[in-house]
Amino acid sequence: MPGFHRGDYLLALPMMLLTLFALGVLLIDLLLDRSSKVINAWAAFAGLAFSAAAVHNIQRAFADQAARGEPSSPFFAFSGTLMVDRFAVFFFYLFLAAAAITILMSVRYLEVEDEHHGEYYALILFSVVGMMCMAAGNDLILLFIGLELMAVSTYILVGFLRRDRRSNEAALKYLLLGAFSSGIFAYGLSLLYGLAGSTNLQQISMALGNAMAPGKARVVPAVALVTTAAGLFFKIAAVPFHQWAPDAYEGAPTSITGFMSVAGKASAWALLLRIFLFALGPMRPLYVPILVFVAIATMTGGNLAALTQSNVKRLFAYSSIAHVGYIMLGLIAGTAFLPNPDGIRGILVYLLVYTFMNLGVFGVIASLRRRDIIGDELDDLNGLFFKAPTEAVLMLTFLLSLAGIPPLAGFYGKYFIFLALIESGHYALATLAVIYVAVSAYYYLRVANAMFMRTAGDRVPVTISPGMWAGLAITGAATVVIGIYPEPFLRMVNWSMHVAQNPTVAQLLR
Amino acid sequence: MTVPLSYYLVLSAILFSLGVLAFVVKRNIITVFMSIELMLNAVNLSFVSFAAHWHRLSGQIFVFFVMVVAAAEAAVGLAIIIAVFRTRETLNIDRVNLLKL
Amino acid sequence: MTPVATPFFFYFLSAIALLSGLAVITQKNPVHSALALIMTLLSLAGLYLMLYAPFVAGVQIILYAGGIMVLFLFVIMLVSIEKSSREYQFNHQWHVAALATAVLGGLLIYVYVRGRGIFPNREAVLPETLNTQQVSLHLFNDYLLPFEIASLLLLVAIVGAVVMAKKRI
Repeated sequence: MPGFHRGDYLLALPMMLLTLFALGVLLIDLLLDRSSKVINAWAAFAGLAFSAAAVHNIQRAFADQAARGEPSSPFFAFSGTLMVDRFAVFFFYLFLAAAAITILMSVRYLEVEDEHHGEYYALILFSVVGMMCMAAGNDLILLFIGLELMAVSTYILVGFLRRDRRSNEAALKYLLLGAFSSGIFAYGLSLLYGLAGSTNLQQISMALGNAMAPGKARVVPAVALVTTAAGLFFKIAAVPFHQWAPDAYEGAPTSITGFMSVAGKASAWALLLRIFLFALGPMRPLYVPILVFVAIATMTGGNLAALTQSNVKRLFAYSSIAHVGYIMLGLIAGTAFLPNPDGIRGILVYLLVYTFMNLGVFGVIASLRRRDIIGDELDDLNGLFFKAPTEAVLMLTFLLSLAGIPPLAGFYGKYFIFLALIESGHYALATLAVIYVAVSAYYYLRVANAMFMRTAGDRVPVTISPGMWAGLAITGAATVVIGIYPEPFLRMVNWSMHVAQNPTVAQLLR
Repeated sequence: MTVPLSYYLVLSAILFSLGVLAFVVKRNIITVFMSIELMLNAVNLSFVSFAAHWHRLSGQIFVFFVMVVAAAEAAVGLAIIIAVFRTRETLNIDRVNLLKL
Repeated sequence: MTPVATPFFFYFLSAIALLSGLAVITQKNPVHSALALIMTLLSLAGLYLMLYAPFVAGVQIILYAGGIMVLFLFVIMLVSIEKSSREYQFNHQWHVAALATAVLGGLLIYVYVRGRGIFPNREAVLPETLNTQQVSLHLFNDYLLPFEIASLLLLVAIVGAVVMAKKRI
């Protein structure tokens, strides 16, 4: 009978601390009166900081491993259900940073909406716990339950403006489609379990290796792949499974739209990479054509739909769908013909820079929400430069970065993915992607045009709270600094890519 | 004599397809939720039959987690339905149309 | 111990599950749909018993039929059924949807019929009397962390239900 040791709990410590602080926020919220709810935000922020310290502790353990001259190997905990490797540590930091910036940007927005409750912060922390399970799970059960913890918390956060019809409806649609996709995903997992007889990712990979041996009927593995992949594509909002994203993004509180579009998306990608690389690795010949089709459909659908949007949140919803298409190209480059780690590295770099630039965009949109002004139509951005020049310039920075203009951070995300595509010989895909990047510049410049070339429709000044300033400063600085001086960030990504030492992924990434 | 495993799986596949069909065609939001329960039950049936097939209990354990997920989704979903109903007095999904589809 | 898994029970319970599953779709009144769904859940519990999973069968009845479905009925009562049963039952593209689903179902069935060789039939020998103990041993040893995360999920659901449904929080 396995016992549990100190190491088990140390590896789960980031999640335990987040849970502890989330419960604390739920409790102290009862003691606070309406004017002092900001203390909740500070408590949640402290929870994120402590959790980051615990993640740093795990990171140090990897450094010790390297100092002893041992090859980097992942740490297992709780009977092998939790596997913390460098890949997971990278995502832990990413989720914590996204949640922290979101909290900075939320306080004023919630006060204006008059829905400033402690539950909001507790739910953000709980969803980060779910995301961590998705990034570090080594077992279908933990991955599934982590996904649901993240998803259910997000459904509630999307509907958090309870008296706003749009928010209600968005939550309902998101929940219905999310639950539907979870059902499909669970069906795929049941088939994988049926093929392997185990919920452990390594054992599933071995069983699939046998099932994919030449001369065997491949129908059951193929159906398992298609259902699992369909569920995952729903979660990352890839065309043709993207219908929920524009509605959910438009109706959600703007701060949560930002959080969903970066942390939610990054966690779904972490889960997708775990499943596609670790469990479904032997099925590469089957899934690469699916990925190519979905990537082309996603880039096309996202970019073309974004051209005609008049609502800014909807526009950026379609833009984020298009970005999913680019990220998927990285997975194609990383897994087609000659496996190469550059594609996967491109994905990690892309998710890193996307976190900062997209959060920045939604931060600016959130700050436009004032009393009696919703501020999410394209016309509400008119003349922003003359009302709040710093914000307009920051927004322009984020837009150019999203469009992939050097020397901003977004350029490096696209650079590594396109480089990997060309290295692996996908010239047609690379050309298509470049064309779509050019198309996307049009709608980003449309937003810029509204800010700089038009006159403002209203005279209500844009005031920015200190928290929002901090959030915008962090995201803006990160967008510029990663663009100009990317070495430390690339080193961080390369460090986390030592996941390649894991035996099942080694042959895939080497 | 026992029933072969694939019979259970065929039953699970039919129930799953019924759930998908109900999700796509039904308009009443509460019935749409029930169709998701139908799908999750089909998943549970295939997990239990695979567990019996492999003589391992992990499939049965997964069923409990699927049930927890179903319960959580139902609780949150029905609460959201109450919130929606409070603001617009309809349960027809076509009339919940403030956002474009 | 003689196996209880006779084909008669399998066909009997499957027929109930399928017919009541169909009834979930065809019934106009959501209360009737919910009652039909309860029938499906109960017949599935019977199938779980045949598959040597008595504890799952018990939980299925207590949690699903007893808990989740009562919640459904409760909400149906709360939001006035007269109104909802008068509204349109099916949306406009239901022909297309039915066709697509039939294709999906046919594909899945084809897969199992063809893929029978992949899952050869074996005699099940799980010791039924120990099922509950073994489930708990697994749950609290191998799957302790998912179990704890599941408790968080339920807490989130409680918080969410309160946030969404309560007028003032």
